[in-house]
Amino acid sequence: MIHDFGIVWNERGLLMSGLANTALLSVIAAVVSLLLGAALAPAMMSRRRAVAGAARAFVDAMRCVPFLLFAYIVYYGLPSLGINFDNWSAGLAALMLYNTAYMAEILRGAWAAMPREPIEAGTAFGFSGVRLFRRIILPGLVLSAGPVVGNQLIQIIKDSAFLTIIALPELTHAASSIQSRYYVPFAAFITAVALYWGLCLVVEGGVNVLRRLADARR
Amino acid sequence: MNALPHPVLNVVGVSKSFGALKVLSDISFQVGKGETVCVLGPSGSGKSTLLRCINWLEKPDAGHVYLNGEPVGVTSAGVVMNDHRLSQIRTRIGMVFQHFALWPHLTVLQNLIEAPLQVQRRPKAEIHEEALALLAKVGLEDKRDAFPARLSGGQKQRVGIARALAMRPDLLLFDEPTSALDPELVGEVLVVMRDLAHEGMTMVIVTHEMAFAREAATRVLFLDRGRMVETGTPDQFFSRPATERARQFLQRYAAEAVTAQR
Repeated sequence: MIHDFGIVWNERGLLMSGLANTALLSVIAAVVSLLLGAALAPAMMSRRRAVAGAARAFVDAMRCVPFLLFAYIVYYGLPSLGINFDNWSAGLAALMLYNTAYMAEILRGAWAAMPREPIEAGTAFGFSGVRLFRRIILPGLVLSAGPVVGNQLIQIIKDSAFLTIIALPELTHAASSIQSRYYVPFAAFITAVALYWGLCLVVEGGVNVLRRLADARR
Repeated sequence: MNALPHPVLNVVGVSKSFGALKVLSDISFQVGKGETVCVLGPSGSGKSTLLRCINWLEKPDAGHVYLNGEPVGVTSAGVVMNDHRLSQIRTRIGMVFQHFALWPHLTVLQNLIEAPLQVQRRPKAEIHEEALALLAKVGLEDKRDAFPARLSGGQKQRVGIARALAMRPDLLLFDEPTSALDPELVGEVLVVMRDLAHEGMTMVIVTHEMAFAREAATRVLFLDRGRMVETGTPDQFFSRPATERARQFLQRYAAEAVTAQR
């Protein structure tokens, strides 16, 4: 057993590059899906029925598709419609689009639950447009939605493991290639799990900071 | 009512409906510099809506609002102002809300500084100094670094008043500032408002505090079902109301008035 972990240790370069790719995929997907979600959330709350309906339909449809199937469709399905991606673009696009739906729904819920009066006070004190959103609405959203967004980040990190099926060299892919080359499944996979756990701890650390800030203001 | 030569606020023929419900019908009045005008009337008479039409938190269906002679909301050419222009005007009209509406993510001091710094873009040192002076004025210097959630209702509303004053407004609007407070906390807020009245702050106050209106107001407006039924000095209104509606209204508040005169 110790010998098996020794083999994994010898391949640490491969694991580390997998870990770096997983982190990179997750960070890009998280940032982009949060931004797209922030743009989609107001659309879901739009007074124009068609806009709200279309946004709502996208979000509901996305949330009901298993991520693995969605990744298959983007990478293997779309080329038959003439849309071709390399595995990096396909993987990133799948992660981003899929999580945009979740982020939009999280932000919409938090926004709808925000008390109306402080926002109105912002308007009365001369805030409008982007400044009103950035100075008055967004801080409240970050504080109230922070923990749920953090939870979704962990989901993104774990979902990125599915991208091994389209041969993206991320952490799961690295672990499984080590195990198939040396037949050390337990050591390889346990090491990968520990590394995923480490990534999630970083996210949770961030969430805890936000939670403390929010508690002081509640 | 005599027209004032240079009113701070001039409201001309403002009407507002919500769907089929006519909330305000053709309301006109003026507020001169240093006046404390109390808007009285039963619940649902349109008092709060009238206040919210002054700074265009509600868009009036008809009529005009002028601040120091300048139109609010609609330009003199009759065009609805863009958000930026309207926002500039709103910085000169302070507002105090029934449920305080403090910004929960900011400390007390930051609540005072936020709009002068971000919207008015005045020098930071000057804003800071004024904000501290205002907190001293409302008796909350020691709460400067507290978050609003940690304050009592009375303290929150005093911060709300200080926040509005930090804008150096030409006009201060109060929307039932003591209605959400426990009875024992009403006094500390009224004391601050009374001081402002004596210092000559120009104010329009929607309130159910009859004793306060009687003592501190320079003029009283009485609204009923969206119409301005009566206006006059507090002495006229409370001692010799001209209309039956005002008499009925005052009778219901008589017990309260007696308590306050003690």
